[in-house]
Amino acid sequence: MAERERRQTPPFGGVFVARSQVLGRDDVRRAICRMAHEIVERNHGLDDVVLIGLQTGGVPFAEAMAEALDVIEGVRPDLGTLDVAFHRDDIGLRPVLPSTVTEIPWDLTGKVVVLVDDVLFTGRTIRAALDAVHTYGRPRAIELAVMIDRGHRELPIRPDFVGKNLPTRRDEAVNATLDCVELGEIHKERW
Amino acid sequence: MKGKSIVIRGGRVVDAGGERQADVVIEEGLVAAVGEGLSADVELDAGGCLVGPGLVDVHTHLRQPGKEEAETIETGARAAALGGYTCILAMPNTTPAIDSAGVAREVLELGRGAPCDVRTSAAITIGRQGTQLTPMAELGDLGVRFFTDDGSGVQDTRLMRRALEYSIGLGVTLAQHCEDEALAAGGHMNEGAVSARLGIPGQPAEAEELMVMRDIALARLTGARVHLQHLSTARSVELVARAKADGVAVTCEATPHHAILTDERCATYDPVFKVSPPLRTEADVATVRAGLADGTVDCIATDHAPHAPETKELPFDEAPPGMLGLETALALALTHLDLHPVRLFALLATVPARILGEADVHGGPIAAGRPANLCVVDPTAEWVVDPTRLASRSRNTPYAGMSLTGRVRHTVLNGEPVVVDGEAQR
Amino acid sequence: MRHLLAVSDLSRADVDRLLDLTDAFAEVGRRRVPKVPALQGRTVTWLFYEDSTRTRLSFEQAAKRLSADTLNFSVSSSSVRKGESLRDTVETIEAMGVDAIVVRHGSSGVPAQIARWVSASVVNAGDGWHEHPTQALLDCYTIRAHLGGLDGVRIAIVGDVAHSRVARSDVWAFALMGAEVTLVAPPTLLPPSVEGWPVRVGHDLDAVLPDVDVVYLLRMQRERMTEALVPSLREYSARFGLTGRRVEHMGDKALVMHPGPMNRGVEIAADVAELPRSVVVDQVRNGVAVRMAVLFELLGSGPIRPGGPG
Repeated sequence: MAERERRQTPPFGGVFVARSQVLGRDDVRRAICRMAHEIVERNHGLDDVVLIGLQTGGVPFAEAMAEALDVIEGVRPDLGTLDVAFHRDDIGLRPVLPSTVTEIPWDLTGKVVVLVDDVLFTGRTIRAALDAVHTYGRPRAIELAVMIDRGHRELPIRPDFVGKNLPTRRDEAVNATLDCVELGEIHKERW
Repeated sequence: MKGKSIVIRGGRVVDAGGERQADVVIEEGLVAAVGEGLSADVELDAGGCLVGPGLVDVHTHLRQPGKEEAETIETGARAAALGGYTCILAMPNTTPAIDSAGVAREVLELGRGAPCDVRTSAAITIGRQGTQLTPMAELGDLGVRFFTDDGSGVQDTRLMRRALEYSIGLGVTLAQHCEDEALAAGGHMNEGAVSARLGIPGQPAEAEELMVMRDIALARLTGARVHLQHLSTARSVELVARAKADGVAVTCEATPHHAILTDERCATYDPVFKVSPPLRTEADVATVRAGLADGTVDCIATDHAPHAPETKELPFDEAPPGMLGLETALALALTHLDLHPVRLFALLATVPARILGEADVHGGPIAAGRPANLCVVDPTAEWVVDPTRLASRSRNTPYAGMSLTGRVRHTVLNGEPVVVDGEAQR
Repeated sequence: MRHLLAVSDLSRADVDRLLDLTDAFAEVGRRRVPKVPALQGRTVTWLFYEDSTRTRLSFEQAAKRLSADTLNFSVSSSSVRKGESLRDTVETIEAMGVDAIVVRHGSSGVPAQIARWVSASVVNAGDGWHEHPTQALLDCYTIRAHLGGLDGVRIAIVGDVAHSRVARSDVWAFALMGAEVTLVAPPTLLPPSVEGWPVRVGHDLDAVLPDVDVVYLLRMQRERMTEALVPSLREYSARFGLTGRRVEHMGDKALVMHPGPMNRGVEIAADVAELPRSVVVDQVRNGVAVRMAVLFELLGSGPIRPGGPG
C-alpha cells in the first residue's frame, strides 16, 4: 500500500477491503522478472547497482528483485532497506514513527541506487527517499522501480520501471504483495 | 448603622453553654438580648446559620511593616472578617521585627479602625536573633501580652529558660515556634518517604519534637506557662498530652492545614504547599485531628502567611514557606473536621480568646451585656476556593479549586456588621 | 507524550518505544551525513541554570542532527538570575516561539513547575536530586546493547544515592525494565526512606560484586565531606571504590558504568575506568541518539499542538 493508504489502516484507522484482484502471484513474478531485465538493460549490467527497498511495503519486492537479478546476471546486487520516516514532509501533522531501522551500510557515492517500492501514489514517499539517500553519499544516479503506479502524483516524480500502471480513483486503495495485487477501499472502523 | 439596633434572626446560637435556636439583638456595640421572636431596626438574616462568637486567631502574619506587597494590616483584617474572625494576633516577624515599643505602637495604630480587632505580639528576643531579651514589661504596658520569635524558635536553651522565668508575674504568655535548627537545617518539607522520592531535602519530625520536649521541661522547671505554636506531628501532640497530665502549664495550637493536608501534596512541587512546620504524614494528621477533638490541642490557629505571587513561583526549595488561612479556616473545620459546633467555636474562638487574655471582649458567651463580637456562618453553603477572589493581597492558598461546605454570612465586630451577606462592608 | 519530566511518569511501553526509536537514531548517527530534516523549523531551547557542558552539548548535537533550531538561555550566557521569577523567565522564552524547553536546574521539581506554565514541551535535563530521565534512558539503552535486554539483569548502584538524580531515575527505569536493583552505600548516603522503592539495600560492596551483571558507580562529591556524611574520601574509596582488586571478583561479562564525570581514584580507580568492561564511552555516545529519540518523540511523532508557534 502507498503511505497515504497505510496511514488510514490499523493502527491508525480503517481496514482494507478488496474489491477485485488485479494481478495474481504469477503475474507479479513475471512483472518482477521483466523489470529486472529492464534494470540490467538500462544500466548495462549490475556494476555499482544498489537496490534499496522502501519502508515495509517495498522490502519484499526489493528482495524478490535481487533474487531475479541474481538469476539473470549471476550476481546478487547489494540490498538495503530504508525507512523514510525522519525525512517525511508530514512530521508534526500526524503521528510519525519509523517501522524499522534503516540498513544501508555502504557509502552510496558513485553508486546507481535503485529504489524499490510497492505502490507509487502521491510521490511524497519517494521525495523523502531521495532526501534520505543523499545522507549516505552522492549517488551517480537514482532510479525508481515500483510494482504498481496508481497515478495521482502531487510532486514531479516519475518511475523508471513499472510492474503495472493502474488507473484508480483517489478514494480507492491498492494493496500489493508478492502474492497478489488487489484493488479495493478503506473502511473506517470504530474500535 | 450607628444608633440603630440590629437583630440577627433565625439562627442557632452556639457558645460554651450549648446550642439553641434564638435571635440576637445588638445595641450600642453590645448584645442586648438573646431569645426567640425578637425584632430590631435592622435585620440580618441568619436562617439555617450557626451564630457563634467571632473567631479569634492567635497566629496571623500581617506583614506590615516591611512586606506590604504581600499583605497589609488592613487587607489582612478584611480577610479575617470575611473568615468570621473578630480578633487577630499579629506575629512579630515583620521588617523591622516587633521588638520595641515603637514598632508595636505603629502596628497597633495601623490596626485601629480595621474591620477586625488587631492585637499584636512581640518578639522574645531583639530582632528575633535569639540572643537578647526584648523589653517585655514595657511592651506589656502597651497591651502586648503574647511573645514569640515565630518564624524561628529560640535555640538557646539558657536564654529560653530566663525568658520564661522573667515572664512570670508579668501576666504575659511566651509562645514557641518549635524547630531545632541544627536538625531542621536545609529541610524544605517533611523528611520521609515522600521527600526521598521527590528528591527534596527534608526535616525530620524530631526537629519539632526536640523543642516541644525542651520547652515542656523548661516550663516544668520554671513554673511558667508556655504556648506551643502550630504543632504538626503525632509525637508532639502526645508529648503535650503527657505534660498536661503531669500538670505542666502548657497550651498548644494546630492549623487547619496540619489537620487536613499531608506531605503527599508536595509531589506537584508547587510551593503553595511549602510551609513551616511542613505538612506531615497521614499518621501525624490523624493524631492532630484527634487532639483537636479531645482537647489535647487547645485551639485552631491559622498561621495565615501571605506571600506575593512571584515568590511562590520560584523553585520549591527557594520559595518562602507559608499559606493563607484566614478566609478558609472555619469552612475547612466545618467540611473536614467532624466536630460538634460547641467544640468548633471553642477551638476557634473561646479558647484562643482566653489564651490571649481577650475573654472579656471576644470568644463568647453570647449573652446580654457582652460586647457583640459574632460570627454567623451557614454550615451548608457550598463554595469553591478561588485564589483570585480572596480579600488577601496574596494568592497562596493550598485549597485553590477545593469545594468547601460552610461559609460566613455575617461578621459583627463590637456591634458593627463588618461583613453582610458575605461582602465586606469596609 | 507531551513532556519528559521523570522516568516515574513512564510506562514500560514508553521506554521500549523510546529505546527502539534510539536504534533508528543510532543508525542516523552512523550515516555519512548524520542528519535528518525531521524537526526542521522547530526550535529547541536550553534553559540550564546549572552549568553542564556535557549534557548540553549532547542535547545540542541531538537537536542539530534533527535539523532543529536551537536557542541558548544558559546561566553563563544570559541574565537568568536566582530570585527572578521562574515563571517570568519561561514566559519570556515562550513568547519568542519555542517548541521545546530543555531544563536543567539545581532545585528538584523545576521542570514540573515550568510545564504548568508553558505550552511548549519540557524536557528534564536534571533537576536537583530528583531525576535525570535521559541519563536513565541512555543507561538502559547501553545495557540493552551489551547484554541484550534488562529483564533479570542484576544491577548494583553504588555511592551517593541520597543526592543523586541519576540514581533515582535509574532505579525507576531499571526496575521498570525488569532488572533487579541493589543500592550499595553507607547509611548516610541513602535517602531517608526507601519505602516503596523496588530495590534491595546493602552497605557492603564486596558482598554484592560477584553476583551482579552491572556495577553502576555514582560520583562522590567533595562537598559531602563538609556535611559529615562520610569521614573522608579516603575511607569512602576504601569501602566503596571500585578498585582493580575488586573488579577481579566481578563476573566476566559484568559491566562497569558511570554517568560521568568520573572522580578517578575515588569511586573508580583510574585503571578500572580504562578496562573494556567499562562502557562509559558507549554511554556518552548513546546519549546523543537517546536524546534525538526523546526530542523526536515529543516534537515529531504526533500532531503539532493547536496554538503552538506557527
